[in-house]
Amino acid sequence: MTNSVITAAAEKTPPSVARRVRGLSDRAIAWIFVAPTIFLLLAINIFPLIWTVRLSFTDYRANRLNREVEWVGLRNYERILTDDGIWMNMQATAHFLVWTIVFQVLIGFALAYLINKKFKGNALWTTIIVLPMMLSPAVVGNFWTFLYQPQIGLINYMVEFFTGIPASSFSMLGSVELAPWSIVIVDTWMWTPFVMLICLAGLRSIPDYIYEAAEIDRASKWRQFWTITVPMVLPFLMLAVLFRGIENFKMFDLVVQLTGGGPGSVTELASINLKREAFEKWRTGYSSAYAVILFVTIFGLASIYVKALNKVKAR
Amino acid sequence: MRKAPYLAATVAALALAAGSNAAQSEELTLCWAAWDPANALVELSKEFEAQSGHTMRFEFVPWPNFADRMLNELNSGGQLCDLLIGDSQWIGGGAENGHYVKLNDFFDEAGISMDDFAPATVYAYSTWPKGTPNYYALPAMGDANGWFYRKDWFSRPELQEAFQAEYGRPLAEPTTQRELMEIAKFFQGREIDGQTVYGVSIFTERGSEGITMGATGALYAWGFKYENEPGSYDMEGAVNSPEAVEALEFYKELYECCTPPGYTNAYMEQSLDAFKSGQVAMAMNWFAFFPGLYADPTVGGDKIDFFVNPPQNVAASTLGGQGISVVSYSDKQDAALEYIRWFAQPDVQAKWWALGGYSAHNSVLNDPGFVESQPFAGDFLEAMGGVQDFWQEPTYAELLLAMQERLHNYIVADQGTAQEALDGLIEDWTEVFEDDGKL
Repeated sequence: MTNSVITAAAEKTPPSVARRVRGLSDRAIAWIFVAPTIFLLLAINIFPLIWTVRLSFTDYRANRLNREVEWVGLRNYERILTDDGIWMNMQATAHFLVWTIVFQVLIGFALAYLINKKFKGNALWTTIIVLPMMLSPAVVGNFWTFLYQPQIGLINYMVEFFTGIPASSFSMLGSVELAPWSIVIVDTWMWTPFVMLICLAGLRSIPDYIYEAAEIDRASKWRQFWTITVPMVLPFLMLAVLFRGIENFKMFDLVVQLTGGGPGSVTELASINLKREAFEKWRTGYSSAYAVILFVTIFGLASIYVKALNKVKAR
Repeated sequence: MRKAPYLAATVAALALAAGSNAAQSEELTLCWAAWDPANALVELSKEFEAQSGHTMRFEFVPWPNFADRMLNELNSGGQLCDLLIGDSQWIGGGAENGHYVKLNDFFDEAGISMDDFAPATVYAYSTWPKGTPNYYALPAMGDANGWFYRKDWFSRPELQEAFQAEYGRPLAEPTTQRELMEIAKFFQGREIDGQTVYGVSIFTERGSEGITMGATGALYAWGFKYENEPGSYDMEGAVNSPEAVEALEFYKELYECCTPPGYTNAYMEQSLDAFKSGQVAMAMNWFAFFPGLYADPTVGGDKIDFFVNPPQNVAASTLGGQGISVVSYSDKQDAALEYIRWFAQPDVQAKWWALGGYSAHNSVLNDPGFVESQPFAGDFLEAMGGVQDFWQEPTYAELLLAMQERLHNYIVADQGTAQEALDGLIEDWTEVFEDDGKL
C-alpha cells in the first residue's frame, strides 16, 4: 500500500525535477533548507556581534561620521572596568535581578501550588492572576507611577492606613532607600504570573500515582512536598529563573518609565546606562565595549546555569 | 482635422502647467517639540500654505523625547524633517556634523539681516562657532526660564499680615533668590481654602535636561561661569567657584524645603500641573507656557502674575528657545528656505507674537506697545537681556548628561556635597573635551 503511494507520487513528479532532486544528496537538500536561516543569523546576529567587538577597540562615534576613527586598544575596557559609576550600575542591576527572582519564585510557586488545587473559580482566578504580564511595560510603569505618588497614590495611603506613617511624608520613587525596592515590587507584580504558569505546568506534570504511592507509604504531606513536589518542579523552576534572569539583566522600559534611573543613579541599571552611552552620548566605541562586557557576563552566567539545569534534569 | 493641432497644443499646455505646478508645490515637514507654541505655529503656517502653494506637515515630539528623537534622526541622515526648530544647544553639532544648511548666502540673497533680531537670540540660536557670523538657523522662538505665582494668594490680607510679621517686609514678587526661598518657606504646608499648599515647583527631572535647566537658574544668578575665559575650556575655579557651590546648595535647600511631596523627577509638565491644580504658590517654567497659563480658566487671568528669574549676585536667566534650520538631508531645501524667507518677515513675526509664539524680531520687541501687549511681555524682554545658555558644543549631550547625573545625585539623591558635585562635573567635562580633542 505504502509502496504504491510512493510509486504514484514518483510518477506524478515531472521528470526534470525528479532528476534534479534525485541528483542531490540528503545533506545538500538539508543545507538548501537551512541556508536562508544561517544567512539571516549571520547577517543579523553574528556579523553585528563581530562588528561590535571590533568597534569596542576604537573611539568611533556614530554621530560624528566625518571624524577619524582611532584604534584605542583596550582603553575602553579599562575605562569601563575602573569606572565607579558603572560598578554602581552593576550593583543596582544585581540588586534588582536577585530580589525580583527571589520574590517571583517564592510567590509564583506558592500561587501555582494554590491554583493547582481544585476549587470553584479556579480558571477565573488563573486568568485574573496572569493579567499583569499581558500588559505593556510602559502602561505598567505609568500607572504604578500614579500608585506610588505620595499625595494621591494608593500605595502611600495603604502604608498610612496600616502603619500610621503620613502618606505624603515619603516617596517610593524619590527616596534613595525605597526606589530600588519600588522597581522590584513592580517587576514582581508584573512577572510573578509568568513564573506561576511555568510552575503550574511542572505541578500538573507530576503523575498522581506518585502521590498515591506516597500515601500508601504513609508519607506526610510535608514529606510529600519536599520529596516529590519540589524535586519534580525544580527543573521547571530553574527554567523560569533562567528566563527571568536573562530578561531582568536587560531590563530597561519598566524602570525608565518608573524612575528614569533616579533618584540620582540608584536605579540606573546597566542597560539604561548602556543606552545613555550609546544613543544619548553617542560614544559608540565605548558603549560597544560595555555591551561586549555585558554580553560575556550574561552568556557566561547563563552557560553555567544551563549546565546546572541539565544536571538537575538528568537526576 | 484642423482642430487637432490646437487640441494638441492645449493638452500640452495643460500638461506643462500641471507639471510645473507639481514641481513647485511641495509637502514640507517641520519638526519641533509638542507644546503650546507649536500649535500657534500650525495656525500661523496656514498663511504660508495659502501664499506659497506648499503644504505643511508637522512632526511634534513631546519634550522628554524630543532631543533623543530628533538627534537620532539627524545622526542617521534621516529625511523626516525638512525644517527643524532645534534646541539652541544643538547648533554646534548641527553645524559641525553637517546636519544643518549654512544660511549665510541665503540670508544675503533674501535680504534677511541678523541685525533685525535680538542679539542674544542670534548669538544663541544661530551662530557657530559662537558669536561668529556663520548662521545655521534663524531665531524662531525666544525663550527663557521665568517664574509665575498666585497673585490672588499674595494679595490676601491675612497672608500679607502673616508674612510681614514673619519677615518684616510685604509679601510681593521676590527681588532676590533668597527672598524667593523665604516666600516658598512661608507657603510650604500652609492651609489655603482648606487645602494644604506648597512653596514652589522647580525642575528636578533626571532623564533629559530638567534639573540642569532648573539649577542653572540659581547658578547663573550667583554668577556661575562655564570657563574662566570663553573658549579656553579652563573650568577649574569657574564651574566650582564658591558662588557656584553656594548656588547649588541654595537649589538643594529650595528643593528640600519647599516643593510638593514626591517632587523628585519633575519638569515642565509637572510644574504646570502643580500650579494649575492649586498646589503651589510659585513655579518656574519657560516663558513659552505663559500665554496658556494666563488664559487658564482656573488659575489664569487676575489670579496669576509673572516675574523674571530673581538675581542674587547678577541678573541672569536660563536660556530656552530655538532657531529654525533647514536640514541638509532634505531634498526640498528650496521650499524650506522659502518658508524661512516668509517667516522672517516683520508682519509674520508680529502675527507670531500675537498667536502666542515668542518672536525675536526687533520690530516686534522694540514696538512701543510690546511691553503692555501681554502681562509677561516686559519680564520676557528683561529676561532675554540677561540669558545664559548651556554648552553648545557638538558634545553637548555628553556634557548635559554628566551635569544631570551630578546634580540629581546631589540635589535629589542627597549624595555628597555641592563642592564634590561640581568638582566631579569638571572631571566629567574635562574627559569629554579631551575625548573631543578640545583639551
